[in-house]
Amino acid sequence: MAQHEDTYKPGSRLEQWLDERLPLTRMMHGQFVDFPTPRNLNYLWTFGGILTFCLVIQIVTGIVLAMHYVPSDKLAFDSIEHIRRDVNYGWLIRSVHAVGASMFFVAVYVHMARGLYYGSYKAPREVLWILGVIIYLLMMATGFLGYTLPWGQMSFWGVTVITNLFSSLDSIIPGLGTKIVTWLWGGYSVSGVTLNRFFSLHYLLPFVIVGVVALHVWALHVVGQNNPTGIDIKTKSDSVPMAPYAVMKDMFALFAFMLVFGWFVFYAPDYLGHADNYIEANPLVTPPHIVPEWYYLPFYAILRAVPSKLGGVALMFGSILVLLFLPWLDTSRVRSARYRPIFKWLLVLFFFSFLALGYLGSKPAEGVYVMWAQIFTTYYFLFFLVLMPIVGVLETPSPMPRSITESVLGEKAASSAMAAKH
Amino acid sequence: MNHSIVAPDSDSSLLFNRMGDAAMELATARWRSGGEGVGAKALVAHAKIREAPLASEADNPNRRDFLTVAATSWAAVGAAATLWPLVQQMNPDASTQALASIEVDLAPVKEGQAITVMWRGKPIFIRNRTKSEIDAAAKTPIGDLKDGKARNGNLPETAAATDQNRVNKDHANWLVLVGICTHLGCIPKGQALADAKGDFGGWFCPCHGSHYDTSGRIRKGPAPENFPVPPFQFVTDSKIRIG
Repeated sequence: MAQHEDTYKPGSRLEQWLDERLPLTRMMHGQFVDFPTPRNLNYLWTFGGILTFCLVIQIVTGIVLAMHYVPSDKLAFDSIEHIRRDVNYGWLIRSVHAVGASMFFVAVYVHMARGLYYGSYKAPREVLWILGVIIYLLMMATGFLGYTLPWGQMSFWGVTVITNLFSSLDSIIPGLGTKIVTWLWGGYSVSGVTLNRFFSLHYLLPFVIVGVVALHVWALHVVGQNNPTGIDIKTKSDSVPMAPYAVMKDMFALFAFMLVFGWFVFYAPDYLGHADNYIEANPLVTPPHIVPEWYYLPFYAILRAVPSKLGGVALMFGSILVLLFLPWLDTSRVRSARYRPIFKWLLVLFFFSFLALGYLGSKPAEGVYVMWAQIFTTYYFLFFLVLMPIVGVLETPSPMPRSITESVLGEKAASSAMAAKH
Repeated sequence: MNHSIVAPDSDSSLLFNRMGDAAMELATARWRSGGEGVGAKALVAHAKIREAPLASEADNPNRRDFLTVAATSWAAVGAAATLWPLVQQMNPDASTQALASIEVDLAPVKEGQAITVMWRGKPIFIRNRTKSEIDAAAKTPIGDLKDGKARNGNLPETAAATDQNRVNKDHANWLVLVGICTHLGCIPKGQALADAKGDFGGWFCPCHGSHYDTSGRIRKGPAPENFPVPPFQFVTDSKIRIG
């Protein structure tokens, strides 16, 4: 798949000169213009491009914000207000950065769900998938560090609760957890020292993400894109060149995404945050109800579903780390859930559990909420560790088209109304 | 090295092995003879090469292996030594540790009242307990406790969580605690008179619903441990030093 016809012709003497010394434009042309993309990709395949856009937006706005932000426990909270009120266009840049974090996670969840549904994690895309999980982990770390910077009540108590998760290691080796937490804090409690180092790391990690994204794209271009049928590209008629076909489609989807993004930035910049974060951090008063940012809620629900402190922490991290093993937990030879009648519904139920856990994570950890969180947490692990390996063996896949081309033309013939639209 | 001493051989890997052995022998010979008389020793070496069995890398690690292992180990030591300051700089600095002890005047705190002071960036709960609160704590059987350890910085770690092990024995009305929930670090309610104090009259953590009794011991909820008692001593009858 990585081998395809090279149609690059240096346009000018300069390009030719460069091509003989560093064939960078030739590589870009081969990988992003000529590159064969399956002809049947749907709009779920546009989120890779959208995510790249999100990463660039976060880095650009972040660098600019760092010119005005002060990472000190005395000044951080005021400097955010200073950015919003005094700095030229600060209100816009800060809102884009804050909303951008949420949009980044919206896009990554769609991107991951698409990978799950169409079996994009299966051979030969294991490394591609694992790199993706690593990017997701880095995103979570970056988002968490960034949320502490405004130094509001939710920032402060969010850090306190999350860093305290490590103290659960005390129940394995007494003292170890406390040592780690003190080391993370740089003191005996969350303080300005903690804020300062979190700012430094929040600035660093996005560039680490850029590096892993480069590997992710590289891996993608070695094995080629998956597609809704999960069938490999076999003949030339199965694919179209990336430019203009996939590029234009990606652009269209990106603009649609930017409309939603823009709506939040201009009409509801604080909707996705928490009101308590507009109260300055106070180490002596805990807000009555601490919740993390919405994109961590499912994992927060898993943490609180377990009555044991260490057990909750272990399951929470386990719920993400299990994703690394998906390529080997799924035993089916068929990639796309479209042709997997049983697995498809188990997966839909999994998506429902994940959303339900998100809802439960936003509720207080008491009574019926805990019970439901326990039920959905059980299904979360049951799905990956038990159902996925077993169903792959037992299930009879439904009939599949012989090629991508047949799947496209067959659909057209089946519905003349659709054909007319095309 | 004199190539003529190596037996002609068609197999080049064999040749290299023999060359290696020859070099070793020569070096040994030079060392034994104190750096002189190479000629005679070389002849001995020459004879030995012809009859020497080929040694596999595994059962006869040669000097190059040793040098590789030694150099790599030393590089690892160097890397660890470099990493150490970079890791250590994140631990509490001198100015943070300098704030390690404070003095608190207890005179203004009337019976039934509580105050909160900061020590090492943590809230310290100091409660002047009433007679009924002390009695309630003292009467609780150890078996009813979720955490059986006193967690008192002034006593050995093995001390049991009786009420008298949680306080200074001459000043049983003064309860001094690190006021941080042992679950995930929230600040429990119960210091102000109007606060919810939980099912056991001590403190209640609103984050995840932990209840502490009038001795600051965990009784109900997800928190695993009693509030720790910081190391402290009475300087006078109405003044303590924490830390």
